[in-house]
Amino acid sequence: MSRRLVMIGNGMAGARCIEEIVRRDRDRYEITMIGDEPYPNYNRIMLSPVLQGKTTFDEITINDWDWYQSNNIHLLSQERAVEINRASKEVRTDRGTLVPYDELIIATGSSAFILPVPGHDLEGVVGFRTIEDTKMMLEAAKQYKKAVVIGGGLLGLEAARGLMNQGMEVHVVHLLPHLMEMQLDAAAAKLLQQDLEAQGMKFLMEKKTTEIYGEGRVQGLRFEDGTNVECDLVVMAVGIRPNAALARDAGLAVGRAIQVNDLMQTTDPSIYAVGECAEHRGIAYGLVAPLYEQGIVLADHLTGRPTEGYAGSVLSTQLKVAGCDLFSGGEIHADANTKAIVVQDEVAGSYKKILVRENRIVGVVLYGDVSDGTRLFSLLKKGSDIQEYTSASVLHKAGGDSGLDVASISAEETICGCNGVTKGRIVGAILENGLTTFDEVKAVTKAGGSCGKCRGMVEAILAHTLGDKFDASAQKAAGMCACTTLTRDEVVAAIREKGLQSPRETRIVLGFASEEGCSKCRPALNYYLRMLHPETYADDKASRYVNERMEGNMQKDGTFSVIPRMYGGTTTPEDLIRIGEVAKKYNVPLVKITGASRIGLYGVQKEDVPNVWEELEMRSGYAYSKSLRNVKSCVGSRFCRFGTQDSLGLGIRLEQEIEMVDTPHKMKMGVTGCPRNCAEVLTKDFGVVCVENGYQLYFGGNGGTEVRECDSLTTVATEDEVILLAKAYVQLYRETGIYGERTAPWVKRMGTDWVRQMLGNEQEIAGLANRFEHAKTTYREAWSAALEDEERLRMYTVERP
Amino acid sequence: MSVTREMMKVMKLEELKPQIGKEVRVGDESVALFRLSNGEVRAVSNRCPHKNGPLAEGIVSGEFVFCPLHDWKISLTTGEVQKPDDGCIQTYETAVIDGYVYIGGLKEHEKHHSDR
Repeated sequence: MSRRLVMIGNGMAGARCIEEIVRRDRDRYEITMIGDEPYPNYNRIMLSPVLQGKTTFDEITINDWDWYQSNNIHLLSQERAVEINRASKEVRTDRGTLVPYDELIIATGSSAFILPVPGHDLEGVVGFRTIEDTKMMLEAAKQYKKAVVIGGGLLGLEAARGLMNQGMEVHVVHLLPHLMEMQLDAAAAKLLQQDLEAQGMKFLMEKKTTEIYGEGRVQGLRFEDGTNVECDLVVMAVGIRPNAALARDAGLAVGRAIQVNDLMQTTDPSIYAVGECAEHRGIAYGLVAPLYEQGIVLADHLTGRPTEGYAGSVLSTQLKVAGCDLFSGGEIHADANTKAIVVQDEVAGSYKKILVRENRIVGVVLYGDVSDGTRLFSLLKKGSDIQEYTSASVLHKAGGDSGLDVASISAEETICGCNGVTKGRIVGAILENGLTTFDEVKAVTKAGGSCGKCRGMVEAILAHTLGDKFDASAQKAAGMCACTTLTRDEVVAAIREKGLQSPRETRIVLGFASEEGCSKCRPALNYYLRMLHPETYADDKASRYVNERMEGNMQKDGTFSVIPRMYGGTTTPEDLIRIGEVAKKYNVPLVKITGASRIGLYGVQKEDVPNVWEELEMRSGYAYSKSLRNVKSCVGSRFCRFGTQDSLGLGIRLEQEIEMVDTPHKMKMGVTGCPRNCAEVLTKDFGVVCVENGYQLYFGGNGGTEVRECDSLTTVATEDEVILLAKAYVQLYRETGIYGERTAPWVKRMGTDWVRQMLGNEQEIAGLANRFEHAKTTYREAWSAALEDEERLRMYTVERP
Repeated sequence: MSVTREMMKVMKLEELKPQIGKEVRVGDESVALFRLSNGEVRAVSNRCPHKNGPLAEGIVSGEFVFCPLHDWKISLTTGEVQKPDDGCIQTYETAVIDGYVYIGGLKEHEKHHSDR
């Protein structure tokens, strides 16, 4: 019998944790969730955009009612847990329901902290925490004019901006001399305040509220200094208070919040806590990314998977207010051991500061131009040594105000350390070749072609050299699709950092123009998510292009092709006879040897496709997929008098080792038995030329749209090394390729030397090959899997009412 | 001219997966049936006005479908092709009754043909 898992709470952290558990093991637990809000779980961080009128309540639901049902989760909504009885292992609710548990998770979150001043209970005084609060604020904005927000932090400012969008006049009251003191230093806070004032927001700084007055409804606030302000709505955004009372009453250890160990376990081993109600290593988090990370650890633990436990999070913040771009991460204020690098442009209103301790970034504050936020924050999280950056170059950005600094660098100074490119070489190349973009400079000089760290410097040199002709807007790569201005790398980095788990969540959290995405980003996000979360992410067929969804290429008349796997281009008499019989039985109009050395059946009716697969009894050739198509081979030493090695055997083995796993685009490989190269491997994504003393490896070739000859990688002595490097290479492409980008443009974009460097490092190779092998264990042969799945088989039927 | 249209029972709603189209054939008429992510059901002609692409196989996003042949974006509510391309396809009434999907306005079930 499955064990009973009970969760108190139905918020983001809790629901995420349950999602993770169900994804790992559907049947392990009988799950009950107890939540007092009358809504399915929703994305609380999107309440600000709702208040600002940018989205609606409906659109911020993460899991709708169906989700609970289809996952067999019993939800007690509008019911509040009031007692945990640890002896009898039961939770009692306010309606008197007794819910027995084997494992209990507390995910009660936190509440808005309401200042205990006189008048805090007047009508028109509200926190900013729930859908109810937000509705109340939207209602008030219809009837009243003047609002006061107490608290000039992240949430307070978002609330204030939202109320202004709703037509209210808003004062923000703040206790301290500068805004967002948890995230900003004084200089950045001042810029923020100026920008918000320009938008019409009013500030009452260094004011301590002593009383909220009014009769029935609030009429104003009085401050300690004797002054006052009139208003008819007060929003308290002074902080949150973890909801830990239940746990405290049950005798669990509670500090600021419910204390947990690295497995999110409280002092009672069968009770866990996640999210804002939990305190881990002395910290109770109030942002979403750590809550997600905690949920994943707990899900691993509860489903018996190995986990390293939760080790705490370094936080970054962005403010969701248009026209006030800021980014903040890590430490904010300097201490005796930190040094600050600051670049301020008062004219442009931008400010950048990083705090450095022992050559490592420990804090980032950006205001105005935040495009470097992700990059700097990743340096921070990785703990990268920044010693090799010259002066303030770590903060440099294309087209910025960096002319003077660049001018002061001598021509002999090295800009790109990886490839040894000097400033003089870059300037010379720009002038001689008429270069205008970073990519062009990279192509000609190799500067920035390896690790890419010097990109900012190269762009600054471009700007300085070209003067007015420099076009900053041409430097940044366009967004991955029309729904977003974020690039592939930015989206993938955000998925990793924020622990995003579904395409829809990704689009919502990253503010895509369309929550449903488009025909470009839907398949791309599906690919990236599965690549990043091979075990937990379930492939979304609705996000697959028709050919991949149907496991066959749709022809222009709506029929399909069926192309079975023939490893290395080999077949057997039995298979040939069966192919012939099936083609006859289903009146297949065309049987052809394909360009990839296989036999294709073309023009199969959609409804016949599964029958054809079943009767062929062969594996899918993945001729429709973005994955390995085939390995073209010559017969090699088995039959050919020139053959130096068993190229056919190696080709078959290579195809078996690499097949099925999704890659950014299709891949073709080849193994040829001698340098005569009958298998034409020098225009493959990965090619092997057998020679007397081993195997020469090649990569990044293409014989299609734009012909590109392979670059050589290395020569290895054994078949095993070929396979290992092939796996590492494919994984490197999987992890860094843009969805829809073949290896040839990928190699051009990343740099041949970079690929060589990565695949020249034993540790990298082992890590990459390992991740590839792990991913491969999550794939099943497509046709047999589809034949066992009724829901998928239904995709091939046509309704004839 | 008013046309009497009957609704035709097509399939169980639960067998129509969200965002995965279903081809419905009545006589020589081919209809693409969809269940949107918001739960609503839509039916349109299964032929893209561009090159007759089977729209039932397209990627669905919100109330739009992207034709699998050349990526034309078409509204499943109005039948209009979205810019930069032009055109319009027929839309059909739909209803969900007792867990079954019904389509209205199929030619074989019209008493009269309208002029359009």
